[in-house]
Amino acid sequence: MEGSVAAALEGSIREEVADVVVRFAGDSGDGVQITGGQFTLTTALAGNDLSTFPDFPAEIRAPQGTTFGVSAFQIHFGSREIRTAGDAPDVLVALNPAALKVNLSDLNKGGLVIVDTGAFTDRNLKKAGYDKNPLDDNTVEGFRLIAADITRNTLEAVKDYGLSQKEAVRCKNMYALGLVYWLYDRDRAPTKNWLNAKFGKRPEIANSNIAAVNAGHAFGETIEASGETSSYSVAPAAIAPGLYRTITGIEAITYGLVAGAQKAHLRMTFAGYPITPASAILHNLSKLKQFDIVTFQAEDEIAAVCAALGASYAGTLGVTASSGPGIALKAEAIGLGIAVELPLVVVNVQRAGPSTGLPTKTEQSDLHQAVFGRNADSPLVVIAASTPSDNFDVAIEAVRLATKYMTPVMLLTDGYLANASEPWKIPDVSAIPEFPAKFLTNTEDFSPSKRDPETLARNWPVPGTPNLEHRIGGIEKSYTTGNISYDAANHQKMTNVRKNKIDGIANDIPDQEITRGDGSGDIVVVGWGSTFGPITQAVKKVQSDGYKVSHIHIRHIWPMPNNLGDLLQKFKKVIVAEMNTGQLITVLRSKYLVDAQGLNKTSGQPFKVSEIEETIRASLEN
Amino acid sequence: MNVATPPEKLTIKDYASDQEVRWCPGCGDYSIVRAMQKTLADIQSQPEKTVFISGIGCAARFPYYMATYGFHTIHGRAASVATGTKLANPDLDIWVISGDGDSLSIGGNHLMHVLRRNVNLQYILFNNEIYGLTKGQYSPTSKVGTRSPSTPMGSVDSPLSAALYALGCGARFVARGIDAQPKHLPEVFKRAHAHKGASFVEVFQNCIVYNDGVFDQFTAKNVAADRQIAVEHGKPLIFGSDKNKGLRLKAGHIELEVITIGENGITEEDVLVHDETNKILATLLAQMEAPSFPVAIGVLYCISSETYEDAVHAQVEAEKEAHPNPNIDDLLRSGPTWIVD
Repeated sequence: MEGSVAAALEGSIREEVADVVVRFAGDSGDGVQITGGQFTLTTALAGNDLSTFPDFPAEIRAPQGTTFGVSAFQIHFGSREIRTAGDAPDVLVALNPAALKVNLSDLNKGGLVIVDTGAFTDRNLKKAGYDKNPLDDNTVEGFRLIAADITRNTLEAVKDYGLSQKEAVRCKNMYALGLVYWLYDRDRAPTKNWLNAKFGKRPEIANSNIAAVNAGHAFGETIEASGETSSYSVAPAAIAPGLYRTITGIEAITYGLVAGAQKAHLRMTFAGYPITPASAILHNLSKLKQFDIVTFQAEDEIAAVCAALGASYAGTLGVTASSGPGIALKAEAIGLGIAVELPLVVVNVQRAGPSTGLPTKTEQSDLHQAVFGRNADSPLVVIAASTPSDNFDVAIEAVRLATKYMTPVMLLTDGYLANASEPWKIPDVSAIPEFPAKFLTNTEDFSPSKRDPETLARNWPVPGTPNLEHRIGGIEKSYTTGNISYDAANHQKMTNVRKNKIDGIANDIPDQEITRGDGSGDIVVVGWGSTFGPITQAVKKVQSDGYKVSHIHIRHIWPMPNNLGDLLQKFKKVIVAEMNTGQLITVLRSKYLVDAQGLNKTSGQPFKVSEIEETIRASLEN
Repeated sequence: MNVATPPEKLTIKDYASDQEVRWCPGCGDYSIVRAMQKTLADIQSQPEKTVFISGIGCAARFPYYMATYGFHTIHGRAASVATGTKLANPDLDIWVISGDGDSLSIGGNHLMHVLRRNVNLQYILFNNEIYGLTKGQYSPTSKVGTRSPSTPMGSVDSPLSAALYALGCGARFVARGIDAQPKHLPEVFKRAHAHKGASFVEVFQNCIVYNDGVFDQFTAKNVAADRQIAVEHGKPLIFGSDKNKGLRLKAGHIELEVITIGENGITEEDVLVHDETNKILATLLAQMEAPSFPVAIGVLYCISSETYEDAVHAQVEAEKEAHPNPNIDDLLRSGPTWIVD
C-alpha cells in the first residue's frame, strides 16, 4: 500500500491508502468470482480506478478442497491511475486451506490474511497438503491475520431464513465480502440491490445473503472496536469526467461487434462453437436478438466459420469466435474467405497452449497462427486489443476493415482481457463514423472479380440481386472474368493483388504512436495485446528515475503501421515483451531488421510490472 | 390502364452457364446437370434467388455450370456454408451439391446436422462409390473388397448407406434417383424442391473412369425393371418387367419380402401400399439391395415440420417485437453506471 496517511472518518480512524490489491480465493464452488464481481462494482461506484484479474480452474467443480480446485479473483483499486491487476496482493481472503496454500506466497510482506477457520478441518487440511494447521505454526508469520469462523458465523447469521444447510453455507462468500467492505469502507447497498434482483423469486436466499454481508461487516466493526485491526479508506481517483460503467473484455467485444455491424449498415450473423474462453461472446450475442442478430451454435468450429462465411456471402456480416485450437480448425475456411474475398470477422480469445494447453489461463501465443497460419500465401488483417475496454474499439475496427476491404480479419484478444474488467467511460456511439457496406447492384459490364481501383477490394454482389448471377469458389479465378483460371500469369497476378490489398491497408490505419514517453531514447519496450498495463506501468516507473525509456503498443499487427520501422530505429535498444516465446519479435526483426531483444513469459499468468521493470533496468545497465 | 406483361418463360438453356463443362466424357454428372436444368425450367426457378453450394470433388464443380448464383467451397463443408447463407437470407433457394466422399466422409458431421436441424434446402448427394477427382480411391460407400489405389487387395471396411444415414440423422425428406433417368430424376428433384425443410436426395451416379458399371446390378437395361422399384406415395409397391412383383411385410417378421402376383393366390391386394410418412417403411425400403430385392428409388420418406431458419427467425422477430427500436447507447448503459464530475 502506498502513501498511507491517517484520516479521521466519522468518528473511526481509517488509514487512507492510495491503492490496494485484494485477492479473494476459495474453492471453485465457493462463489469467489461473484464475490469479486460485487466488490468490483462497489469499488467502481466508489469512484476508484481499478483493474481485475479473475483466475479460475478449467474444471467446473474440481474436487472440493484441493489446490487445483482453487478459484481466485484479484482486484487492484486506488485513488490513482490503475493499469494492472497488481503484482502482489495486500489482502488475501482464503476461504479454505487450499486457497491459503496456493496464494500465500504471492502476498506482500506484512499483508493481511483473512481466513475462514471453519473450513480448516482436518479433512480440508489434508486435501490441501498441510500436515498440520498452518494457522497454528509459523506459516503466516510476517503477515497480519484475521482468523474468523466464517462458516459458523454465516450459519448463525442466516439461521432464521429456513435455508438448507448446504444453501446456508453457500452464503459464506457474502460474509467475507461484508468483512472486506468494512475493511475498505465500501457501500453495501449495491450488493443488496443486486441480491434482491438476482434472487427475486427466492427472497429467503436474497435475505440470507444480505444478512451474511451485514454480519461480516458487523464482525469487522467489532474487531475494530477491540483494536485488533485497523481499517482503511481509498479516496476516489482523478478520472476524466463522464458517465462510467465497468466492462469486461468479452462484453466489450460483444458491444463492439454490435456497434460495428450498425456502422456498416449490416445485419450480423454470428456462428460459434462452445470453447473456453470465447463462448461468452456467443452467449452475449444470443441475448441481443432485438438488434436483428442471428446467432448459430454450430456442430463444430469448422461449421461455425463456414456458416459465418456463407452468411457474409448472403450479404450479412459473418462473425465467428474461438480460441487457439478452434482457430486452427477454422484455418482452411478462413483461406476460402481470402480466396473468394468476402468479409469475415474471426475473434481469437487466446489461451495458453499448445493443443488444449491451459484453457482458462492466458497467453499471446497465436500471433504467428493469426498472421501466417494458413496454407499458401493467404494474407489477412490482424488486430489486437490491449485492455478490456479496448476490445470495443478494436471490434469496430475489425468490422470496418473486413467490409471495406472484403477480407477476413482476425481480432486477437486473450483470456486475461476477456475476463478482466475495468471502469469504462461510456462512448457516444453516434459520434463514431459510419462505414456503410456497399452491395453491387449495377449490372453493366458485370464481373464478380471487379475491384475498387483504390482499395483493391472486390465488389460485393449478393445472391438475390437480379442479373448478377455468378460463381465464386476456392479455385483460382481469372483477374478479369472471375471464371476458373489455371493460367500461370494470372495466378501470379492474383497472388500479388491479394497481398497488395492487405499491405495497402497500412495507408488506412493510424500511424503508430508512442504510447508513453519520447519518440527517441535509450530503450523502447514494444508490446501488443494484454501486456499493455504492466508494460506502461513499468516504463512509467523507470521514467520517473529520469531514464529515456518509452513504450510502443501495437494494435495493428498485420499490416503494421507505415511508420513503425522508423520509430523503432530511433531507440538504441528495442525490448519486445510478450506472453509467448517470441512471436511479435520475429516479425519485427524480419520486417525491420531491428536487433530487438525479447522478454517472454508463458506461465499462464500476466506479466508483473516488476518483471518488466527489472528487465528494463538490467538493460539500461548493460 | 396498366397491361401486365407476363414474365418471359425461362427455358432449360437459360439455366446453363457459359462455362465449358469439364467432367470426363460419359460421366453420369452430365445427365444430372441436365436433369437439374430441366427441373429449374419446370419450376421456373428465379435465377437470382437460386444458389448452388458445393464442397470438393467431381460433383462439386456443378455450380459453375448453372446460370444461377454459385459457391464452390471446401471439402465437406458445403452444408455449413449453406446453413449460414440460408440463415442470413431465408428467401434464397439453396441446392447443396455433394459427393459420397464429400458428404459421408469428410463432411459426414455437417450432413448430419443440416438434416437434423431441417434447414430448408435441397441436398443432392452424387453417389458413385469412389473418389474420382483424386483418381479412384475407395469411398465410404464402396462395397467391401473394392480394389483401388489405396486398397490394392480390396477394401475391408463396411460401407454405409446414404439413405439410411439420412434417415438416422432425422431427415424429413429422403429420396433416391438414378443419373441416367432423365424423366424420373427431375421429378425427384421437384419433389425435393417442393418439400419445405432439408430434402435429401441420393443420386446413383456412374463414374465411367474409376468405377464404371458399379450400379449395373440394378441399372443395366436388361435388369432395371426387375431390380428397381420406383415408389410413389399411396400406390402399391409393385415392380418388375411384367408389373407382377410386389413387396409386403413377411408374416411374423419386421422385414419385407418380394411376392409375385398371381402365384399362390397372391393378388394386388396383398401388396403393401407406399406410405412416405412412415419412417419404418422408409427404412425397410432404403435397406433393400439388389439382386435379392429391388433397389427403391423415388421419395422414400417425407414428413413436414418447422424449418430451422423459420424457428431461428421467429425468435429474432419475437425479440424485435418485445424490444422495438433497440439502441446501442441504451445497451451500453444497461447495467450499473456512475458519473464522474
